[in-house]
Amino acid sequence: MTAFAKGITAAIVAEHGLTQDEYDQILKRMGRPPNFTELGIFSVMWSEHCSYKSSRRWLKDLPTTGPQVICGPGENAGIVDIGDGQAAVFKMESHNHPSFIEPYQGAATGVGGIMRDVFTMGARPVANMNALRFGDPAHEKTRHLVSGVVAGIGGYGNCMGVPTVGGETNFHSSYNGNILVNAMTVGIVDRGKIFYSAAKGVGNPVVYVGSKTGRDGIHGATMASAEFDNDSDEKRPTVQVGDPFTEKLLLEACLELMASDAIIAIQDMGAAGLTSSAVEMADKGEVGITLDLDEVPCRETGMQPYEMMLSESQERMLMVLKPGKEDAARAIFDKWGLDFAVIGITTDTGRLTLTFQGAVVADIPIEGLTQDAPVYDRPWTPTPKPAPLKISDCPPPEDMGAALLSLMGSPDLTSRRWIWEQYDQSVMGDTVEGPGGDAALIRIHGSAKALAITTDVTPRYCKADPFEGGKQAVAETWRNLTAVGAIPLAMTDCLNFGNPERPEIMGQFVECLKGMGESGRALGFPIVSGNVSLYNETNGEAILPTPAIGGVGVIEDLGHRAHIGLERAGDVLLLIGETIGHLGQSLYARTFHNIEAGAPPPVNLSAERRHGDFVRAAITQGLTTCVHDISDGGLYVTVAEMALAGAIGADIKAPEDHMHGFLFGVDQARYIVAVRPDQEGKILTQAGDAGIPALKLGHVGGQALSVNGKQAVALGALREVHENWFPATMSIRT
Amino acid sequence: MKSCVIVFPASNCDRDAAVALEAIGASPSMVWHGDTDLPSTDLIVLPGGFSYGDYLRAGAMAARAPIMRDVLKRARSGTPVLGICNGFQILTEAGLLPGALMRNDGLKFICKSVTLEVTNSATLFTRNYEEGQTIRLPVAHHDGNYYADEHTLDFLEGEGRVVFRYVRNPNGSARDIAGIVNKTGKILGMMPHPERSIDPVLNGLDGKALFQSILETLI
Repeated sequence: MTAFAKGITAAIVAEHGLTQDEYDQILKRMGRPPNFTELGIFSVMWSEHCSYKSSRRWLKDLPTTGPQVICGPGENAGIVDIGDGQAAVFKMESHNHPSFIEPYQGAATGVGGIMRDVFTMGARPVANMNALRFGDPAHEKTRHLVSGVVAGIGGYGNCMGVPTVGGETNFHSSYNGNILVNAMTVGIVDRGKIFYSAAKGVGNPVVYVGSKTGRDGIHGATMASAEFDNDSDEKRPTVQVGDPFTEKLLLEACLELMASDAIIAIQDMGAAGLTSSAVEMADKGEVGITLDLDEVPCRETGMQPYEMMLSESQERMLMVLKPGKEDAARAIFDKWGLDFAVIGITTDTGRLTLTFQGAVVADIPIEGLTQDAPVYDRPWTPTPKPAPLKISDCPPPEDMGAALLSLMGSPDLTSRRWIWEQYDQSVMGDTVEGPGGDAALIRIHGSAKALAITTDVTPRYCKADPFEGGKQAVAETWRNLTAVGAIPLAMTDCLNFGNPERPEIMGQFVECLKGMGESGRALGFPIVSGNVSLYNETNGEAILPTPAIGGVGVIEDLGHRAHIGLERAGDVLLLIGETIGHLGQSLYARTFHNIEAGAPPPVNLSAERRHGDFVRAAITQGLTTCVHDISDGGLYVTVAEMALAGAIGADIKAPEDHMHGFLFGVDQARYIVAVRPDQEGKILTQAGDAGIPALKLGHVGGQALSVNGKQAVALGALREVHENWFPATMSIRT
Repeated sequence: MKSCVIVFPASNCDRDAAVALEAIGASPSMVWHGDTDLPSTDLIVLPGGFSYGDYLRAGAMAARAPIMRDVLKRARSGTPVLGICNGFQILTEAGLLPGALMRNDGLKFICKSVTLEVTNSATLFTRNYEEGQTIRLPVAHHDGNYYADEHTLDFLEGEGRVVFRYVRNPNGSARDIAGIVNKTGKILGMMPHPERSIDPVLNGLDGKALFQSILETLI
């Protein structure tokens, strides 16, 4: 017979997302049945979202170290050395479930949350990115979701005064019931001014700052750890409401306080709010923590301990200060008009103790919430390797030019201008390259250096072959950074998958991670932070496995960088890398033959590294300032993007045999480089000496694109299909 | 030249404005909205951003911040004032410039580089431009749709107080207005961001010319 505290039933335990086994574990750890508040605290701390119970076993196999890594996974964000006494702080995080239920607020608070993760470590955020996946454009909810998510991202980031400089947006029917909103923030900090979350030391004041606590977002972490069904709209009250104005003040107040030496530890109140921030800080500091809940600033009267501990009200931080620094800290938060309350103290008990109206209302060993949280080695089955796509299933189009127009106007390849014009891209005055290129470039303020930032993954590849897809996602991120001339430093990941309790989904997760790890090791490109979002399913339909990768690199001298726009008539186009004409899982196969089949393109990691290092060296040596990597859509789409960006055309040579494979195939580790004619020989010789496949692809000039001088497509027509799809789709009235 | 930039809660182009002023050698003092007295200054800049979160109406609360009493006093006694984006909204809310900035007609926030025609190059802000010259500056706003009644618009145009016009109107502004000056020509409000165009590596140098005009006039 299971023991329950007064008022608790088996049904209440189940509603908290805890299994019978997990409840038994809690009983054992507590030595008594937990009361309602304690049950709530266990449920959020042991939720998938906070405990990583299904993923932890596999996350530890990822490469996370390197000479550039200052702080790997486990803190609020990852940190890498960028030289000159500075470091880049970054992380990507999902806000999928809330954004589906309430797109504006869900996306806005996703952006707010990830920015807090970065500035809580002492960094000033300098750029935001986002990776978005929506359902079929024709699905009844898609346009509503696109419109709300984009407005929400803009609404929050614009007010914060942090530029949103890029990202990616895909459409696929597997996201009809579960969109993905992954937000990434990059910040810069002086190496000596990094703040961590370990609440070391006993007897130190625990301080609450920021917004007041309300009843919003209670159980958000638990919601994010369950599947959706037809009643998911009823979960709207679990979505938090964002206030970017308060967060801007919180950012400035925190950075002002951080300039002094008052703070021992600081953590934002994100998922699971006060509970997770207090517990994680105490756990890392190996101390206990006692909170007096009567001191918590509340938005409404009558709030109960359970509500205060589980609220996910936004724009709040928890800090542990050095004793005696309270008044100086309070003065700063008063100046910015923010709440400041000493709500507790660190102890030597190793317990989380909560008092309310004179009574102890919860008393839990910290380790019970953290180290004792369940870890599951869930059963998984490998995804069967797909048979390669038969070339006969994917015949050539009649006209290569017409095919290019269709691809450039297809949902996954059209211009995202409609989206990014809703984001302030140029505030802070350091955006050298905004959206639309291979990677955004943010100048490091007051220097000639820049950070390169990109996000990438091709979920179709991950579905067909999770291992190769995981490999490819990391390789393409690395390639995007390389294509602008940056040295790739490290990545963050946002692992979006379905229900891990299904062995085939768990198999996707396991194999994607193995692939990512292999790429990361081969390319010297560690993962320093990340987030796992599971249970992205509705009525048993899972999303495509989507391990979104965010990459950060550094350019030492902005004088040596590349962009995608063609520059001059007469320049020569060179193709770096080997072209076989792989059409499996290509957008060509999908767009023209409605086939989403075959194996994804394999990634040869040693070729990837050699080709990338070669291209980067060419940029650094000043041999080229115009480079674009070849990705989704293939070579001809890549040339078209370069032509549109530079408003100048090109003619390329293609073999008559298997021409559509050459033009639309998705072989990896390839780049197109434009050079002045007098540099052509030099770069081809260097490539030959280094054993890098390189060939002369064509010439820049004119106002059209053509292949072997034929089947020309005017740039005007190309621009029209490329630019029109988004505004036209979003303005359809039904 | 002495200058100052007012910092309201959630101003977010205050640093950018300071950088632009530093670039012309006029390092500004940053003045807190809660203060009541401005330092001695030759130029007051109201920067872009989301003062008070744009709550109530963009610029409405900032226009009533404690520091604004002294800003109004100095402005009325002839100290030049430059209001950019949210600063323009604050100037209209404070009554230093006529009209209002409404929500963009497309209802969305809009950030892009736009072409402007300089329609009055005789002001202290625009003397480095040619009359009729087109320049490129970024806009980034949700409420940049300038409105005033027909009589006021006629009056503004008649007095040459429309300083910048959009060549392709991005937000529905009446008569394509992007920036206006007050009667004395010493207070300029504009939605585009000249402070984001002071560096050839970024958005060119078209904005820097505006700051240089001010400097050359006031020195």
